[in-house]
Amino acid sequence: MATTETLTENEVQMTEDWSGAGSPFRASYGKLMMWYFLLSDAFTFAGFLIAYGALRFSSPTWPVPDFVFSTHPFGSGHAPLIFVTVMSFLLIISSVTMVRAVQEGHKENKNGVVFWMLLTIIGGAGFLGCQAWEWNNLIAHEHMTVTTNPFGTHVVDGVYLDDDHGHAYANASERETFKRGESYLIHKDEESSEWIQRRFEYKDEESGQAMMGVQNFGPKAFGALFFFITGFHGFHVFSGVLFLLIIMINAASGLYVARKNGYEMVEKIGLYWHFVDLVWVFVFLVFYLL
Amino acid sequence: MGHMTYEQAIKRVYYGLYLLGAVTLVEVFFSLLGKGHVISGLEDVSWIAYAVGLLLIVLSLYKAYFIIFEFMHMKYEVKGLALSVLLPTMLLIWAIVAFFQEGDSWKNRREYIKQKNSEQPVQAPAQQSNLAPDVFVPTFKG
Repeated sequence: MATTETLTENEVQMTEDWSGAGSPFRASYGKLMMWYFLLSDAFTFAGFLIAYGALRFSSPTWPVPDFVFSTHPFGSGHAPLIFVTVMSFLLIISSVTMVRAVQEGHKENKNGVVFWMLLTIIGGAGFLGCQAWEWNNLIAHEHMTVTTNPFGTHVVDGVYLDDDHGHAYANASERETFKRGESYLIHKDEESSEWIQRRFEYKDEESGQAMMGVQNFGPKAFGALFFFITGFHGFHVFSGVLFLLIIMINAASGLYVARKNGYEMVEKIGLYWHFVDLVWVFVFLVFYLL
Repeated sequence: MGHMTYEQAIKRVYYGLYLLGAVTLVEVFFSLLGKGHVISGLEDVSWIAYAVGLLLIVLSLYKAYFIIFEFMHMKYEVKGLALSVLLPTMLLIWAIVAFFQEGDSWKNRREYIKQKNSEQPVQAPAQQSNLAPDVFVPTFKG
């Protein structure tokens, strides 16, 4: 039998932790369960993102994110990824203000908790507003739906025979050229709301003959994946904002002062809020960066 | 938070803000670089796309590490708690490898089918029966 002298400090700690007097993980039931909920939620998101990866690998072409996500509400002109970077910063900042709220909670500083939670809520609401704008732009202006993906990629070099409105060019000299790998967005006619798939001419690789092609729709799964994954994340942000609001009101009313547990409820919602930021790191990576 | 004074803890939080912000900006820069927005023509060099992809994944994992261990305080939890949450996520490594490989195999099969469909059907030589010339076929007349 080992005596206490031969046990390492760590082993002594382990024995004390697991001897039944208290929680061996030195965390409350609520906090521990929040961790395990987040673990299960991580698997849900991972399932979605892995499905995205598998479908992307299975497709010969994929919409280029810096083309799809190059619009922004600050005037005209393309600014690839800039708007979504702003959204990322909103989440990072709201994560930081959340940590501050938890720290003030440990000091039992009620006003501090309420102030920093309010800033966190504003950050989260700002993110939701940005996402609403992004979705509205994709649905109303670029006509992407769950089943239709108008973002295509050229697989050959060629020259357009039709202009943006689907009419044949009057002069051959006006024709626009494009390269393999270039992205395009199929527009809808404003009046008839019919798709305008521009015709183009290209050289067949084998025979060298001139062939005619037409803009094809992009991989169909893209729309469903985008709306379901960013939607599921957005729903997490939305419910996070609701819970933050409830807990902030509770904190302001002095409910947690009586509990004298260092505002543990704020700590638990903090864990959830950081998780939302954590998931965004990966959504941002696979949808926008790669 | 017995491990740090209040002032130290606040400093650490703002350090986290600058760190995550800086890493995000670096990520966006390299993503645009890889797509040829910073230096045009770079998007055609295939090894750059792979290098940039790898870098983006590593930086994102670092951000995830920082959020979990600092902001969510995993660093200061008991080892057992940390392991019981973190170890199960290792299953995802298998899922990522298996499903991405499966996706790639769908693509290869689809391309193979497309290629086979585009081939001109070869005129098969007329079937010759082994029996035909020699077999005595009785004919009955009248």
